[in-house]
Amino acid sequence: MTATQENNTQQVRDISMNEFDQQVFDDHFNKRFDERFKLKMAEKEAAHVPSMTIIVTKGTMDMAYPPFILASTAAALGWDVSIFFTFYGLSLLKSDLDLSISPLGNPAMPMKMPLGPQWLRHVEMNVPNLLMAGVPGFEKMATGMMKKTLSNKGVASVNELRDICVESDVKMIACQMTVDLFDWSRDDFIAEISEWVGATSFLPIAQKADVNLFI
Amino acid sequence: MTQTIHMKLDARGLSCPLPILKTKKALSQLNQGELLEIISSDQGSLKDLSSFCDQMGHELISSITHDDEFTFIVKKIS
Repeated sequence: MTATQENNTQQVRDISMNEFDQQVFDDHFNKRFDERFKLKMAEKEAAHVPSMTIIVTKGTMDMAYPPFILASTAAALGWDVSIFFTFYGLSLLKSDLDLSISPLGNPAMPMKMPLGPQWLRHVEMNVPNLLMAGVPGFEKMATGMMKKTLSNKGVASVNELRDICVESDVKMIACQMTVDLFDWSRDDFIAEISEWVGATSFLPIAQKADVNLFI
Repeated sequence: MTQTIHMKLDARGLSCPLPILKTKKALSQLNQGELLEIISSDQGSLKDLSSFCDQMGHELISSITHDDEFTFIVKKIS
């Protein structure tokens, strides 16, 4: 064997030795990495506080319930909750809550008597749109009936649910543009509003949240 | 085995989410390991209360249905 040949053989042996080491190293590394990764991810998950943001755009009584129910429940589960109230939704933050419900254009709303004999309470009244729109005070009556139904069934009032949200540190964010648009005054609203801002300030909060809802 | 109930919560007549919210409030007044008894009449609370305990790490020791009423015993863990 010449000196060159011997040198080549040595090189080949070195390379195959390195490849062998590399393989052992990779296998070991991958195994360790997978173990550590699983552990670290579990740690991260355990430390993660879930968060939710809700955009509230409606100000009727029926549309006030979902955001306040979801927010108060999420807060009870230890979630971080922020609600952005915009357009008609902003009226849910008024100090004097005077919410109404309209059966007009709301065909899924059941029209049942909350008082009177049991047989009557189960009758679904089919009130024509013309009547709902034309009879003065119809909406007021429907609102009164809905309030009675809610209290009959032990459902909390919107006011109560809002108070619970405030107590459990749900962040109430009000849309500045809306208050200007409708010529309202900030004094008409509850003091617990955490900030008066626009979409630019709200979106970064929503971006980081686990759950985003539009109501 | 009899265990001492440290607090009782009557949530009868209340609808979702009030039984859960009141449970959460009551549990916050207890010490770790103490028991809370909840009576509710809300059908939804049957599933919701057990889900609440799962998520919050509390132990739902028993859940008994009696006609239209549900009695739960929850052990405060965290």
